Amino acid sequence: MSPKTLYDKIWDAHLVHEDEDGTALLYIDRHLVHEVTSPQAFEGLRLAGRAVRAPERTIAVPDHNVPTSADRAERIDDEQSRIQVEALDRNARDFGVTYYPVSDVRQGIVHIIGPEQGWTLPGMTVVCGDSHTSTHGAFGALAHGIGTSEVEHVLATQTLITRKSKNMKVEVTGQLPPGVTAKDITLSIIGKTGTAGGTGHVIEYCGEAIRSLSMEGRMTLCNMAIEGGARAGLIAPDETTFEYVKGRPHAPKGAQWEAAVAWWKTLRSDEDAHWDKVVTLDASEIVPVVTWGTSPEDVVPITGQVPDPESFADGKAEAARRALEYMGLAPGTPLSEIDIDTVFIGSCTNARIEDLRAAAEIVKGRRVKEGVRAMIVPGSGLVRAQAEEEGLADIFKEAGFDWRLAGCSMCLGMNPDQLSPGERCAATSNRNFEGRQGRGGRTHLMSPAMAAAAAVTGRLTDVRELS
Amino acid sequence: MKKFERLTAIAAPLPLINVDTDMIIPKQYLKTIKRTGLGVALFDEMRYDANGDEVPDFVLNKAPWRDAEILATGANFGCGSSREHAPWALEDFGIRCVIAPSFADIFHNNCFKNGILPVVLPQAQVDALMKDAEQGGNARLTVDLEKQVVIGADGTEYPFEVDPFKKHCLLEGLDDIGLTLGRANEIEAYEARVAAERPWV
Ligand code: SF4
Repeated sequence: MSPKTLYDKIWDAHLVHEDEDGTALLYIDRHLVHEVTSPQAFEGLRLAGRAVRAPERTIAVPDHNVPTSADRAERIDDEQSRIQVEALDRNARDFGVTYYPVSDVRQGIVHIIGPEQGWTLPGMTVVCGDSHTSTHGAFGALAHGIGTSEVEHVLATQTLITRKSKNMKVEVTGQLPPGVTAKDITLSIIGKTGTAGGTGHVIEYCGEAIRSLSMEGRMTLCNMAIEGGARAGLIAPDETTFEYVKGRPHAPKGAQWEAAVAWWKTLRSDEDAHWDKVVTLDASEIVPVVTWGTSPEDVVPITGQVPDPESFADGKAEAARRALEYMGLAPGTPLSEIDIDTVFIGSCTNARIEDLRAAAEIVKGRRVKEGVRAMIVPGSGLVRAQAEEEGLADIFKEAGFDWRLAGCSMCLGMNPDQLSPGERCAATSNRNFEGRQGRGGRTHLMSPAMAAAAAVTGRLTDVRELS
Repeated sequence: MKKFERLTAIAAPLPLINVDTDMIIPKQYLKTIKRTGLGVALFDEMRYDANGDEVPDFVLNKAPWRDAEILATGANFGCGSSREHAPWALEDFGIRCVIAPSFADIFHNNCFKNGILPVVLPQAQVDALMKDAEQGGNARLTVDLEKQVVIGADGTEYPFEVDPFKKHCLLEGLDDIGLTLGRANEIEAYEARVAAERPWV
C-alpha cells in the first residue's frame, strides 16, 4: 500500500462513491447546525417532503444571534434574530435532531460544545454551515464549513458531494518560550503564509510544539486554519486527545472505547507520505503577536511598530494604506502605545476554560483600566459554570470585567454586543475585517493573556511585562 | 425540484445589460429564514418607488407581463454575489426560463439548482425574441428543453446549447439531493459496513 497522510486515511474511510472525474460522495459523521445558515435548508426539506436522514448525527444550537445578557431566555429584542432562533427551535423539534436551546446550560458556540459533549471524535468527518468548523480538526477529524445548499444536502443524505484537496504540512519544531500561546502560533503561521497560503489544501499541523499543546490550544490553532486559506486543519490524535475525549457524554465507553482508541492510534501520516506543500516554523522564535490591520495576516510582534505601507510589495501597499486609514493608525507607531477602548475575551477561537484561566492569571489582583469596557464571554454554559467554580469569574468581576452568558457575542456584529464606529478593541476572536465587530469598529487580534493585559493597562501590551 | 420539459408562456423583455444580483434582489432580504416568498421583492428597486408603490412603467408591473414565465434580457445577467436568493426570487415570481446573450457563472449554476433554465442565444436572436416579447399576450414563446430550441411567435426556431448532465437533471426534476438519494443503496451499504467496523461512530 502506498504511504498515506492522515487526511488521505480519513478521506478513504468515508468514501461512499467516487466518479472518474474525482467528484466524490463523502459520508458525514457529525453535522452541526446553527440558526443563521440552516433555515432555508430545513425549509427545502419540508418543501420536498424529505426527512433528516440521521438525526442522531445532527446537533443544533443557537449561537450567532443570541444576546449574552442574563435575560435573553425571556426576550430577544431584534426581530430578525428572534425569528431565526425560533425557526431553529421549531426545526430541531420537527426533525428530531439533538438540540441545546438558549435555556440549556450546555448551550454555547457550536464549535465549543461539539467537542465538549464528545460529539467530535478522532477520525470523523464533521461539517457545519460555518467556516470555523475547522476547529474540530484538533481531534484529528476532517472538519470544514459548507454552504446552505450543502447543509440541506447533508441533512437529507448524510453525505457531501466534494472533491479531494491537496496535502500541506505545517511543522512547528522546538518549544514555545514562556508567555507565548497557541494563538501566537496560529497568527504567526498566517503572518508567514498569508491568508491564501493554504488555499486548496488540508493542513496537518505537526512537530514538537504542536504535540505539547493542550486540546484547547490545538482547537485555537485549527480554528484559524481557515484564515490561512485552508479547507481544513488537522492534528493527529494522541494521548492528549484520548485523555480529553474520555468520559465525555457522547464518547464511546467500555469495550467500544478500547476499540476506538485502537483505531485512532492508526490515524497518523505515514513516514514517507507525499506532501504537496511544506512549511516549517521554529517555535523558539515565535513571540506574542497582535494584528495591526484588517486582514488576519497583518501580524506583528507586540514589541514592533505599525508598518509603513510603502514597505510592502505590489498590490499589498494599497491594501495596507487603506487598512491603516480604517484602523486610524500612523506608520511607525509602537504597538505598545496604541490605546484601546474595549476588550473582548471570547469566540470559538479562545473562550474555553484554559483561555479564561490564562486571562485570569494576568487579571488577578489588578483592575481594568478606567474607561475601558472589558467583557468575558465564555464559549459555553459549562465553561461558564466551571469558571465560576474555579473562582475565575470572581477574579474577573472584581477587576471590573463584564461576565456574560455564552454565545458568539462580539466576534461578529450580528447580536447586541457590538463596537461603535471608531472604537478600538483588543479581541481574542479570529477576524479583524472591516466592520466585523460592528460598523466602523477596529479590531486587534491577540491571545487571551494579551487581551487581559490590554484590559489592565488600557493599551496594547506585551503580556511578558505583567507576568 | 420542478421538472422543466416544454414551456409555452408570455415572455417579459428587460433590455438591460449587467443586471446584478443586488438588482434582482436587494440585500435587506438576505436575513430571511425562507427561500419562498421572495417573488414580491424581485427587481425591488426597479419595480417599486420610494413609497413602496409600483412603478407603472416597469415591465413586470404591466399586463400581460405580470404573468410572464420567461425573461428575455441583456448580457451578463446575474453578476455579483453568489447568493441563491436571486434564483429563489425569480422562481417564486414564476420565471422558469431566462434568455440572454450571456450569464454570470455562479448564477447560471444556481439557476439549474432551482429549476430555472438559462438559455444563451446570440445577441441578434435575443433582440428578435425581445421584439416578440413586446407584443405581450399576442406572442407567446415556446422553450423546448428536450429539443433544445426556442420557438418565436412567428414559428422561427432558435436552437441552443445546454450541458447534457444539467439538461438531464432539469428534465427529470433531479436536484443534487435527488441524485444522491439515487445512491441510497451505496449509502446504506457504507453505513452497514461502518456500524460493524467502527460501532462507536
Ligand atoms: S464565535 Fe465567531 S467565528 Fe466562531 S462561530 Fe461564532 S461568529 Fe463564527
